[in-house]
Amino acid sequence: MGPIAGKTIAEKIFSAHSGTDAHAGDIVVADVDFVMGQDGTSPLAIKALERMGVEKVFDPKKVAVVMDHSSPSPIEGVSALHTIMREFGKRTGAKVYDVGCGVCHQLIPENGHVVPGDLMVGCDSHTCTYGALNVFSTGVGSTDGAAAMASGKLWFKVPETMKVTYTGDLQPGVFSKDLVLYLAGQIGADGATYKALEIGGPVIDALSVDARMTISNMAIEVGAKAGLMAADAKTVAWFEGRGERTPAPVAADADAEYCCELTYDATAIGPQVAKPHSVDNVSLIECVAGTPIQQGFLGTCTNGRLEDLGIAAGILKGRKVHPDVRFIVAPASKQILLDAIAAGYIQTLVEAGAALVTPGCGPCVGTHNGVPSDGENVISTANRNFKGRMGNSNAFVYLGSPATVAASVITGVITDPRPYLEGGAR
Amino acid sequence: MTIEASAIKLGDDINTDYIISGKYKFKSNDMEAMAVHAMEDVDAHYYEKAKPAGAFLVAGSNFGMGSSREQAPLVLIHSNTKAVLAKSFARIFYRNAINTGLPVVECDTDLIDDGDELSLDLAAGVLRNVTKGVTIPFPPLPPVMAQLLADGGLVEHFKKHGGFALD
Repeated sequence: MGPIAGKTIAEKIFSAHSGTDAHAGDIVVADVDFVMGQDGTSPLAIKALERMGVEKVFDPKKVAVVMDHSSPSPIEGVSALHTIMREFGKRTGAKVYDVGCGVCHQLIPENGHVVPGDLMVGCDSHTCTYGALNVFSTGVGSTDGAAAMASGKLWFKVPETMKVTYTGDLQPGVFSKDLVLYLAGQIGADGATYKALEIGGPVIDALSVDARMTISNMAIEVGAKAGLMAADAKTVAWFEGRGERTPAPVAADADAEYCCELTYDATAIGPQVAKPHSVDNVSLIECVAGTPIQQGFLGTCTNGRLEDLGIAAGILKGRKVHPDVRFIVAPASKQILLDAIAAGYIQTLVEAGAALVTPGCGPCVGTHNGVPSDGENVISTANRNFKGRMGNSNAFVYLGSPATVAASVITGVITDPRPYLEGGAR
Repeated sequence: MTIEASAIKLGDDINTDYIISGKYKFKSNDMEAMAVHAMEDVDAHYYEKAKPAGAFLVAGSNFGMGSSREQAPLVLIHSNTKAVLAKSFARIFYRNAINTGLPVVECDTDLIDDGDELSLDLAAGVLRNVTKGVTIPFPPLPPVMAQLLADGGLVEHFKKHGGFALD
């Protein structure tokens, strides 16, 4: 037998949090640094805690519940669920992010609840977003979430890791969303099931933290448990002023063992669009350009950050949304809304014809804020386009980058953003 | 215990939005009311077929892909789904099913057609397609999950042990 191989980021984080020498395939009970739930999942978690007979959370500073998916409440049923969450916060001291604060996956890192090197779970599948910040974060159900809120621990199978490397240069008009849609098209919706991704390479190094989060956010769309990235100076700088905890970045060993290594040349990747009704039904924008749309949506935990709003505003400046198109914009958090106001992006977007809605999930999950009509097409920056996703099973959802959405709402058809970019540069 | 019921056969990549759409699941915690909408975007008659006598939901690969919603296994339980049999499962759904007490079996579902009568003895590890007269092998649950199921799910495990007590 040769020498024991080094460890992946996932193996190191699980080793540190379980007090064991953890390797892929091991079952560990690990300490979690934070537990989060949203308004579609927290009420069931709170009910599970009651059934367990647990009255306290393990550490009120390490638990938060967020009203984002259906917020402000559109109907009395949701209002009752929100009340359960507010009362839970009062009873246990857990942090409550109420109506208007934003999407959970923006709020948790933005407020410094996690730092690089952490292990955290959230009752929402897109919890994998913070992998971009070197946090092993993964989505769990409400009962697992309740167990973690009660004990500060959860059992895990340490995942194998698939290494994804982007080489070359990102071309003008191509964004991190296109890179991750391309990956989904290549490996499919179950291409990384049960595995962690480690995503890196010179293209990722060159991206902003905002743009990296878009990629990790969609790790679940290929079935992955986590979408991890190494922490660099940008990551550490991003956390400055966001809390009292010190980042403890974790890097993979040079001789870490991967179950599979994929390398893509970003130079050859153009704008991508996921067609209805699955995220891995991806094609080049040239193949869908010209498809009429009745609604555009800019926002979500995938693409509702400041950089995304800035890209769209850059394209829409001095232009108008097509009269036959509704353009809905939902900043991912209140802070992003404020920053976008200060940067002039909101003025530009609203003057162009955007309808601005409350920071949160917006119409992504079909609860409110813009349910499409029968037979309508939507171009969206979200992460899912399943049939019925936006609340109408007879509508069709296409996914693309903020630039693709912005160009498309101007023309009223799915449009290649490249001719609309200022100076052609991103 | 042997469960006997007929199969409702569906395809690959059944996501949790199909199992229960977001437009219903965010409205309430009433799983009985929500269950009438189970699977409606892929089989509009799922509830009425499954509810009276129970059914096995039989699917292809990657069953339960998508969101973390625990309402997905819960509405299947409340629509009288006895177990889900699939070639493979998405990770979060699989955990949620065990935690809520919905049996999940990974097996070759090409050996099952819509309407076939099946019998399943989970403890003995025996799945029979009675209509076709064949036995379908399947691997046992991972030991941790078997332990949680033996305790009656994660909530009962916590009540019994006051926290995680996994070997």
